[in-house]
Amino acid sequence: MGLVARHLEANGIPTVVFGCARDIVEHCGVPRFVFCDFPLGNPCGTPFDPLMQRDIVGLGLDLLATATAPTTLVAPYAWPEDTWKEKCFTKERPFLDEAATAKWLARKQAYRDVKAQGTA
Amino acid sequence: MSHVRYIDKTREYYRAEGYDRPYRWAHFDVIPFTPLARPLAECRVGLITSSEMAIRDEPPPVADDDPLRDPYSLPSDTPVTRLYSRKTAYDRFATTLDDVDAYLPLTRLRELAASGRIGSLAPRFQCVFSQYSQRKTLGVDAPRILEWLREDRVDVAVLTAV
Repeated sequence: MGLVARHLEANGIPTVVFGCARDIVEHCGVPRFVFCDFPLGNPCGTPFDPLMQRDIVGLGLDLLATATAPTTLVAPYAWPEDTWKEKCFTKERPFLDEAATAKWLARKQAYRDVKAQGTA
Repeated sequence: MSHVRYIDKTREYYRAEGYDRPYRWAHFDVIPFTPLARPLAECRVGLITSSEMAIRDEPPPVADDDPLRDPYSLPSDTPVTRLYSRKTAYDRFATTLDDVDAYLPLTRLRELAASGRIGSLAPRFQCVFSQYSQRKTLGVDAPRILEWLREDRVDVAVLTAV
């Protein structure tokens, strides 16, 4: 998503990225980033909390209007508990289950095949 | 507690799974920056997401075994109750993708357009896959999205990384 933001920005369209993976987005480098320190999946706020979502989306729009240089803004909200931070992406809590992992590996190989044929 | 270091976590996770070559996350030293040219109240806002949206009771826009997984557009006036995410890579142990607006803020942006904070919402939103190949994202997906945004006369873009 960072790569897309950079491409749009380089072609004259101001962008703001909402995300939960601060290190990945900042490692890539995007012009405006609203970081929501939540589990991966909810970059615009807690599910079923429209007031929080409205506030977070509004912060991103503020950033579009006010930023004069690349900026990260940290949304002022915390997930109710933070044990997920240690547990996420471990053997016990992988992001992909077995079926999704198998599909991912198959797609990766298929993409390599397509690329080898020179059509991608 | 500080934010999660996903780059380190994924490296450790896949090393333990037997993958020796760590994924090289995209990195650039220079960040492009385009200032806002006009008030937001006059801007048409585009929306792009990696949440792999689909419409209930319709075939998925991209088949699971499609190796290229090109980006696609869906109408922004699709009722959110008809939309769902097909994303599998998220923290399913800690949260849910049951509320579309927590990652694709269509309702929030419609409210902001109605209140005059933004000019309007683009007629289509775009879905782009988190590709393994950065070359594909940069060379094919991003240019295609730019083309669609220009067709829709989008002034600014909101992107949600899921």
